[in-house]
Amino acid sequence: MAIVELKGISKSFGQVRAVDGVDVEIKDGEFLVLLGPSGSGKTTLMRLCAGLERPTGGSIVIDGSVVNDVPPRERGIAMVFQSYALYPHKTVFRNIAFPLTVEGMDKAEIRKKVEWAAGLLGIGHLLDRMPSQVSGGEKQRVAIARALVRRPKVLLMDEPLSNLDAKVRHSARDELKKFQREIGVTTIYVTHDQAEAMGLGDRIAVMHEGKVRQIGTPDDIYHYPADTFVAGFVGTPPMNFIEKDGLLTGFRPELFHPAELISDQDPVRFRFRIERVENLGAYSLAYGTIGSVKVIANLSPRLRIREGEERDFGVSRQDVRYFDKQTGAGIRR
Amino acid sequence: MLKKILSKAGFCGGLAFFIVFSASPFYIMLITMFKKSHDLFNPTNNPFILNEPFTAEHVKLLFTQTLYTTFLLNTLYVGVAVVLITVALSVPAAFSLARIAGRWGENLGIGIFLTYLIPPTLLFIPLSRIISVLGLQNSLWSLVLVYPTFTVPFCTWLLMSFIKSIPREIEEQALIDGCSRLGALVKVILPLSVPGIITIIVFAFTLVANEYIYALAFIQDSAKKTIGIGLTTELVRGDVFYWGALMGGALIASIPVALLYTFFLDRIISGLAMGTVRR
Ligand SMILES: Nc1ncnc2c1ncn2[C@@H]1O[C@H](COP(=O)(O)OP(=O)(O)O)[C@@H](O)[C@H]1O
Ligand SMILES: [Mg+2]
Repeated sequence: MAIVELKGISKSFGQVRAVDGVDVEIKDGEFLVLLGPSGSGKTTLMRLCAGLERPTGGSIVIDGSVVNDVPPRERGIAMVFQSYALYPHKTVFRNIAFPLTVEGMDKAEIRKKVEWAAGLLGIGHLLDRMPSQVSGGEKQRVAIARALVRRPKVLLMDEPLSNLDAKVRHSARDELKKFQREIGVTTIYVTHDQAEAMGLGDRIAVMHEGKVRQIGTPDDIYHYPADTFVAGFVGTPPMNFIEKDGLLTGFRPELFHPAELISDQDPVRFRFRIERVENLGAYSLAYGTIGSVKVIANLSPRLRIREGEERDFGVSRQDVRYFDKQTGAGIRR
Repeated sequence: MLKKILSKAGFCGGLAFFIVFSASPFYIMLITMFKKSHDLFNPTNNPFILNEPFTAEHVKLLFTQTLYTTFLLNTLYVGVAVVLITVALSVPAAFSLARIAGRWGENLGIGIFLTYLIPPTLLFIPLSRIISVLGLQNSLWSLVLVYPTFTVPFCTWLLMSFIKSIPREIEEQALIDGCSRLGALVKVILPLSVPGIITIIVFAFTLVANEYIYALAFIQDSAKKTIGIGLTTELVRGDVFYWGALMGGALIASIPVALLYTFFLDRIISGLAMGTVRR
């Protein structure tokens, strides 16, 4: 069952088409990630769902009814802003309680619900502090607790991890996924970080210039990219592209190996000139060229490779993707 | 080590300079207030100390032979009325210009500020016509009516930039958390604007206490004068300046304002800083 349906949604700011005809259906309980580079319209799309912007075209359906003209407070959504937008003059308790206070719920009931949400996120001991007295990671939890306390139909999150430092970000990502599973709330999550998207999303919608380029499971997106944009945006280092037989051939750096190591009887072979090798511990990256095109291989550090040598490399045939040279659209074979 | 001592000394030196710089007018006022006129007018005397025993005659003159306390009360009366009007008009104006009117708001805000720049020395002429048509000459109500013409634009402009510095996301968060637009203003933006509102209250009051031209033009009765014109018109008789009483009157009148600033200093500074630094 789809709980959120976006039908041909567009939003222009003057000449800028921030969101350009997006069709997405989000299933009940699903974790959908909007992934795209900065400026691709992710935030705008989320703000349209929240009701903070009015679409210039198309319609938004939440839980069966068109909400184009419904103010944010009546949409049954909650949102976590990138900056967390905590009320600086209220304690953590009153921040979390605010959506309930506005509803006019009675005090005892509010306390029970706030304690439930705070317990879920492990911030029960912070309730009397002011937002300025808690760390970045704790602020983020407060913002999520405030979003969940009303039991929204849909939870919207705009890059909630981007203000955390790298160390905290990893554990925060893990916990986010855990509690989302636990309470099963439908979630739309915006990020520009493809690793975050791959790790969190049940499905990922890759956006570029206001359009959704591809929607699919992380596996789909990674292994069967719909076009060269998706292929290049997802994965670090990105997919390699080589022109061959009138088509653009793409293959992932970690599937690009010395020819003798490939089990496939008939791999696609390339002559790889290695220019520089970076040993990163867990793996090493070999930078070089095929012909005159720059290519990267992600190799085991145990492999003996010398800078400056030229070797036979190859990709198993099933791991090669093909794209149209002009449009960049993927071609299934 | 030496460097540390030097930088410390430099800091203290700078601090001392500014303390002397800002406190010396008050010191001069204080000693002049208690100086015998004979002492004050003798050019061979050291002007910075009392060369003769102190006297209370100037203070006595101030309180018994002028309507000094009436001036103070008049100023307070006009000040409070003007502050109330200013807050009542500036707060909603600033909110709507900062948040709702978009690009129009920006230009209108600049326009409002420009009106503040027209000097009272020009404006008092047409305004005096209006005052006489309304029959308010020689009444404190003329000042209550006219002062908001400069306090409202100034305070609206100040508060507008203050409100702009409150992140829009906080307001949008309130909308999502169940507030209407008005609810978000009252429940979230208004409480966050308290430093800004305190700042405009203090500024409006100070502007009123400092005002001279309108008061001079519209008020004639001694009993209706405010402090600014009261002192200068009643204590400068012909070419005789009653320095001791003048200084005493000015000093006493400045004490409440100084207290007001000291008490709310942190909030005023944060109000001003937030108002001027755009994010
Ligand atoms: N309020 C606005 N006014 C004008 N242009 C905007 C506004 N909001 C976003 N845009 C433009 O729309 C495009 C998409 O922005 P945004 O949705 O913030 O992208 P993302 O979140 O993916 O980085 C950008 O080109 C941005 O400049
Ligand atoms: Mg964004």
